[in-house]
Amino acid sequence: MESLMMILIGVLVTVGTYLVLSRNLIRVILGTAVLSHAVHLLILTMGGLKKGAVPLLSQSEGPFTDALPQALILTAIVISFATTAFLLVLAYRTYKTNGSDDLQELRGMSDE
Amino acid sequence: MTIEIAIILIPFIMAALIPLFNRRLQKSFIGWVVLVIPVSLFLILTTYIPRIAKGETFSHTYWWIPSFNINFTTYLDGLSLIFSLLITGVGSLVILYSIFYLSIKESLHHFYCYLLLFMGAMLGVVFSDNLMVLYAFWELTSVSSFLLIAFWHHRKASRAGARKSMTITVSGGVAMLVGFLMLYAMSGTLSIREIIGNVDEISEQTLFIPALVLVLLGAFTKSAQFPFHIWLPDAMEAPTPVSAYLHSATMVKAGIYLVARFTPVFGGEVVWFWAVTGVGLLTLFWGAFNAVRQSDLKAILAFSTVSQLGLIMSLLGLGSVAVHLGYSTSSVIYTQATFAALFHLINHSTFKGALFMMVGIVDHEIGTRDIRRLGGLMSILPFTFTIALIGCFSMAGLPPFNGFLSKEMFFAATVSITNLDIFSIASIGILVPVIAWIASVFTFIYCAIIVSKTFLGKIKPDILEKNPHEAPVGMLISPFILIGLVIAIFFFPNTLGAYILKPAMSSVYPTFPATAEMTPHIYAWHGFKPELFMTIGVILVGLLLYRYMKHWIKIYRLFPQKWTLNAIYERVITSSENISESITNRYMNGNLMHYFIYIYVSFVVIVAGTFLTLEAFSWTPSLDAPVENYELLLVFIMIFASCALIFAKSRITAVLLNGVLGYAIAFFFVIFRAPDLALTQLVVESVTTALYLICFKYLAELKPEKTSKRVKLSNGIISILVGSTVTLIGLAVINYEKFESISVYFEDSYKLAGGKNIVNTILGDFRAFDTMLEVVVLLIAGLGIYTLIKLKAAKKGDADT
Amino acid sequence: MKINDVILRTVVKGVVFIILTLGVYLFFSGHNAPGGGFIGGLVLGSGIVLLYITYDLETVHRKMPFDFKKVAALGVLLATGSAIGAIFFDAPFLSQTDIYYTFPILGEKHLTTVTIFEAGVALTVIGTLVTIILSISEDE
Repeated sequence: MESLMMILIGVLVTVGTYLVLSRNLIRVILGTAVLSHAVHLLILTMGGLKKGAVPLLSQSEGPFTDALPQALILTAIVISFATTAFLLVLAYRTYKTNGSDDLQELRGMSDE
Repeated sequence: MTIEIAIILIPFIMAALIPLFNRRLQKSFIGWVVLVIPVSLFLILTTYIPRIAKGETFSHTYWWIPSFNINFTTYLDGLSLIFSLLITGVGSLVILYSIFYLSIKESLHHFYCYLLLFMGAMLGVVFSDNLMVLYAFWELTSVSSFLLIAFWHHRKASRAGARKSMTITVSGGVAMLVGFLMLYAMSGTLSIREIIGNVDEISEQTLFIPALVLVLLGAFTKSAQFPFHIWLPDAMEAPTPVSAYLHSATMVKAGIYLVARFTPVFGGEVVWFWAVTGVGLLTLFWGAFNAVRQSDLKAILAFSTVSQLGLIMSLLGLGSVAVHLGYSTSSVIYTQATFAALFHLINHSTFKGALFMMVGIVDHEIGTRDIRRLGGLMSILPFTFTIALIGCFSMAGLPPFNGFLSKEMFFAATVSITNLDIFSIASIGILVPVIAWIASVFTFIYCAIIVSKTFLGKIKPDILEKNPHEAPVGMLISPFILIGLVIAIFFFPNTLGAYILKPAMSSVYPTFPATAEMTPHIYAWHGFKPELFMTIGVILVGLLLYRYMKHWIKIYRLFPQKWTLNAIYERVITSSENISESITNRYMNGNLMHYFIYIYVSFVVIVAGTFLTLEAFSWTPSLDAPVENYELLLVFIMIFASCALIFAKSRITAVLLNGVLGYAIAFFFVIFRAPDLALTQLVVESVTTALYLICFKYLAELKPEKTSKRVKLSNGIISILVGSTVTLIGLAVINYEKFESISVYFEDSYKLAGGKNIVNTILGDFRAFDTMLEVVVLLIAGLGIYTLIKLKAAKKGDADT
Repeated sequence: MKINDVILRTVVKGVVFIILTLGVYLFFSGHNAPGGGFIGGLVLGSGIVLLYITYDLETVHRKMPFDFKKVAALGVLLATGSAIGAIFFDAPFLSQTDIYYTFPILGEKHLTTVTIFEAGVALTVIGTLVTIILSISEDE
């Protein structure tokens, strides 16, 4: 399962990287979203999969799955939501101010 | 909560409260409200005097980050007490003075807020026993000083002065931090007292001398020692009360405090002796020498402060020799230099504070501080003249004022050091009293200039036109209190010695017994000793040189303008700006794609390159968990959705495909026993999708990429390389079992944190620091979005009106 | 574009109530069962956002006159405050503690200071989420 997940993560990273490298603002933002999905899965897989029970002491006596990656991902999910929101607003503000969402055209347009 | 921590916190709390009642309070009252703080703190601190004089010390530890040895340890001993009394005492007088000095049209709430911030930070510096806490407060004083210098921020000179002081003091502070870290590496503790206790072990290590130099850099930059003194004259752009408080009485003495505090640690080293003494003497001379040629009264005082700080610094250097010699009846005499340093520290704050306030009055009433335009003010400002006269006499070292006593002790210390035969004092030690004496002559000259050029002679007609008059009583109270102290200390110096200086001496020399020689009886008259002849010589030669000043003043023009320290500083700053600009422009070309390519290519080269050269790849699929059919299906869905995302023609499709990925991950979270994550992911994914859709209202539909096939191909190759690097590393790491998992610790969560949900206890207890900062990041992101949207609206409104 | 949203409004009235209850439940159960400040905050926040989407801004604002920026700031203040607060009880920064206390009617309950911290987290999440969505929708 872990190897399979790693291949999936590799595909997601490839897609995310490709999107981030494109010229359109929306694609770039979607690329960051895909990348963060990939990273979440990566952290989770690093902790080992299906190694134990749900990390709730009330549910079983253990062994439990690794809880630390879960806590890290929980933080990461919320943060990536906030950054995605910020990027989106930044993108549409840029579009409204400069009339373009093409990064090549935007280059050097604003008052640097 | 002990009183010491309350003393540090109260100014900060008050500073935070000022904006709250600023609106409700009449502007003229705000100063009076603020005044309550330093006065009450001063009174509280005076209650400590008798107990500290008996040899008690007060210390309390608040556990902050115990695992890193960083604790908020307050420590109040004789040395801290002197400084804290100065901070609160002079602080009270300065605030009282500011009430009358600053017009109510100024943004007073900012002024008092910064001033309180400084007061709290400075008290923090002198009360901290932990090096990291001390460093934090140390930098906070630099920041508040920056804000206060730039108080009139519409003036270019204020901003430049603020920047200069910040650059110099903060770079020194960073050097000091590195020194502290070295001390920590050597001693394993951040507590100053524990370091002093282990000094024998530390002093033999190789990092000891580098640590010494770095700590001294911090002290020298803060205390404006040569050649870092150039920030202090420029800092005079601050309002005069600030100059009196920060840049003469308190903040610049933080360096002195640091040197005194670390004398027990480093004092035995020859490097320390010569660095502190030498730099101190050089600063003493250079400051006094340059003060003579200034024409702005405040600039004279600035250079004079530089010079006096050098005097105190050199005394501390001379006193450190006693640490090297160890306690004996013959060596204890050298501790008297330190005694003189602490004594002069107090004296300097009294007379220099009064002089700054005097200059403030002249500036306020006459409208100029230029001595070429002033003169004959004695009849107009008789009280101010008294202040200037007494302050200058004390500074020049004349009786019957306190400056005389400490100046004599300074001369005595420089003379007695020449008897020693260590540290190659025998060969060059004679320079010490010689430089001290020459510098004192110049001190005498600029004191004479201040008094005579401002107050004696004829009144200039353009001043008379303005019909100037004596300052209001409120402005005179503070300088007169200081002047009163100048005289009182002369007549009762030994009260000060017994109650204030004696306990401070035992802080600087913790291993020495508190004998009578440690706190010598201070006499105004002690017979015909060398120091008396030196003083008489200073007066005679000083008078002569002042009389014939126009004949020798030309020597100042001998220095080439291009090589003054200020010019060098300017050149370094501008050239470093230019160089970094030209380098940055070479690769920051404004193309986001290129930036990403730099990052990705270096990622692949560094990570995959190292990985391949080390042949670290190992893959043991046999340890993998089994794969179920539905999981396989989920993986294929995700691969399909992500590939489709690349080719999506419409943005709605793209967002929905992204949603598919998100929900599929939520399923994975369920499969992999992470209920908290699954819940969060589901909610976040829904909200994010909604967010995309809302924002699409303002964005254009996706257009086909206009990039050429070649760029697309290279982008594709880079992406595949990045993806495969991640996969390769992931495969190699996944079943790596060299280190044990740390997660077992968290499984004890019920006993350790009282919760049964391990993930939640990690977030709320074990790693709550991360969560706390994350919450802050969230808030910042939210506010960022809010301002991004609303700011533009405000701009538009401006354009319409 | 005016759509007939009677059905939506009717459904939302009921659904929002369920969502908010679920959010509160998730928040309080967090220490021992799945849930906690983040999830509770997210669920509560999205419930409120749903209200805003269904009804217009003024109506909701009349019923819930909060400035959600301040809610977020209050959350951060609670979280950092509970962290610093520990110092004054001679415990390290961010220490948390818990007790069992028997209430008159409710019986024995488990009280923890983590709840204060978590409440801060939840309030920040709610505040930020609603601020983001509202300021974007208010943009002309």
